[in-house]
Amino acid sequence: MKKVFSRPRSLKSTPFHYCAGCGHSIIHRVICEVIDELGIRGNTIGVPPAGCAVVAYNYFDVDMLEAPHGRGCAVATGIKRTLPDRVVFSYQGDGDLAAIGTAETFHAANRGENITVLFINNAVYGMTGGQMAPTTLLGQTSTTSPPGRNAILDGHPIRMSEILANLEGTAYIERVAVNSAQNILRAKKAVKKAFQYQIDGAGFNMIEVLSQCPTNWKMNTVDACRWVDEVMSKTFPIGVIKDTGKGRKDAD
Amino acid sequence: MSDKILIAGNWAIGEAAIRAGCRFYAGYPITPQNELTEYMAENMRRAEGGTFIQAESEIAAVNMVLGASAAGARAMTSSSSPGISLKQEGISALAADELPAVIVNMMRGGPGLGNILPSQGDYFQATRGGGHGDYRTIVLAPASVQELADLTMDAFDLADKYRNPVMILGDGMTGQMMEPVVFGKPRPRRYNEKYVLKGAGEGKSKFIRALILDALRMEEHNWKLVRKYRVVEQNEVRFETYKTGNARLIIIAYGIAARIAKGAINRLRDSGMKVGLIRPITLWPFPAQIIRDTAERIDRFLVFEMSTGQMIDDVKLALEGKGHVSFYGRPGGVVPTPAELAKAIVQEYRR
Repeated sequence: MKKVFSRPRSLKSTPFHYCAGCGHSIIHRVICEVIDELGIRGNTIGVPPAGCAVVAYNYFDVDMLEAPHGRGCAVATGIKRTLPDRVVFSYQGDGDLAAIGTAETFHAANRGENITVLFINNAVYGMTGGQMAPTTLLGQTSTTSPPGRNAILDGHPIRMSEILANLEGTAYIERVAVNSAQNILRAKKAVKKAFQYQIDGAGFNMIEVLSQCPTNWKMNTVDACRWVDEVMSKTFPIGVIKDTGKGRKDAD
Repeated sequence: MSDKILIAGNWAIGEAAIRAGCRFYAGYPITPQNELTEYMAENMRRAEGGTFIQAESEIAAVNMVLGASAAGARAMTSSSSPGISLKQEGISALAADELPAVIVNMMRGGPGLGNILPSQGDYFQATRGGGHGDYRTIVLAPASVQELADLTMDAFDLADKYRNPVMILGDGMTGQMMEPVVFGKPRPRRYNEKYVLKGAGEGKSKFIRALILDALRMEEHNWKLVRKYRVVEQNEVRFETYKTGNARLIIIAYGIAARIAKGAINRLRDSGMKVGLIRPITLWPFPAQIIRDTAERIDRFLVFEMSTGQMIDDVKLALEGKGHVSFYGRPGGVVPTPAELAKAIVQEYRR
């Protein structure tokens, strides 16, 4: 019988600890499939963050160096500059990338560091229990915005992808989602293109992934997936945000 | 022809680091150590495979060093007091990850922004780890530009040997002053490739992390680090003694303060006063044994620091209640002259 589906070589057999319905495990798998397809497992170094994905090294079967909270892009810069022929990616949540690590992210992008960033946006601080994130939507409740995020008191949700797209150093930025089979396939295509851009030396590239968090959104999985489409993607529209075309043409 | 050159302290560190094989430097502008960052900008790019990055912040700089170190580079960052406070997150991570790195602190007056003048107020921070959690950094305290050069080379070897961050604790004066230096011959690097992340190849993947959620495993990691620190304490203590043989009073001072103390001691010796010096070169591990041994025959000690008194705690711990310890300090960027210190010593000597 022909084998048509199996665990990617780059994904360890450790069962995921993530909550039911969480987007992280899907994104991990997508990245591992891409690493396998590009044949770069032995050549890749990943940088997991503080947050829900802090133990990503239990799942990714590639070399990994944990970054202090928010410092993924600085740590990845150090690795990539030392080993320029390796594929280096940073995996970061919204609090990590867009709050405590804004400076590191912004300046790595501005320097055009030739790294790939997986930016997991679930609009809350997941691991610490659902506090307001820089990406929490207006009106969205969280443990630190109990009446809902109020623009006057709490500021607005930050669109990091659009902000970074304005910097000369960024080569490719796309926002995707993993709430449906169709979106997962699109996400995989984007992730593959991002890694290919890095291999081609195009410069800083980032894939923002809208990732459902049923636990902290206090929804069931079906409703959480629907909320990504019906609410979250209104503030964070899915699609290519910047593509300089600096990567190989067939990267698409 | 001798290759003795006249060079400023901050430049000497940069030159010694590059000669020792440092190939990654990230830094952020702060006085009084900018000459080091500028030296690296000028010269690191010329070194084969060398990387210089002017980081967006002290925090970014030390975390870049973390990445570079894990990827196998001899890596260094430098700053001065307020900047070193910011770097503590990364220093703690380096210690937890057991990664080698060299961190230079050219101390200035504090607390807060303080000023940009030579001071020694960061002793506690440097010798107690400085950041959060149970850890230590090896701390080297040079007192001359020649020693800055020598200890910089040693710092990279020590960092590799113990897979631990090493701090060079200088001050605004050691960094800025110019003195003749002969650069030593660097030793070839000895660092096991198995600790380097460079991609798994066909083999098993590795990871380096500081998060250990299981309490018993975290505890074991803490004790493992302590066992390593005990070996450092046994093997790496360095100090200098100066005219202690027939002394009746011993000055204990480090770094530039020890240079001032030598000047004071020479004056006092000329007028027949028997005063000597113990100069810790490693501040951690602290040279407690020599102080304890000295107390068997001399019972009067004067600790001199360009602070309100920090190393004096280690001196008292070393003495275990023996002898009499007094203190003379000038914090805030004041650099006393040998004559001023001599006056303070005479008072104590005649007591």
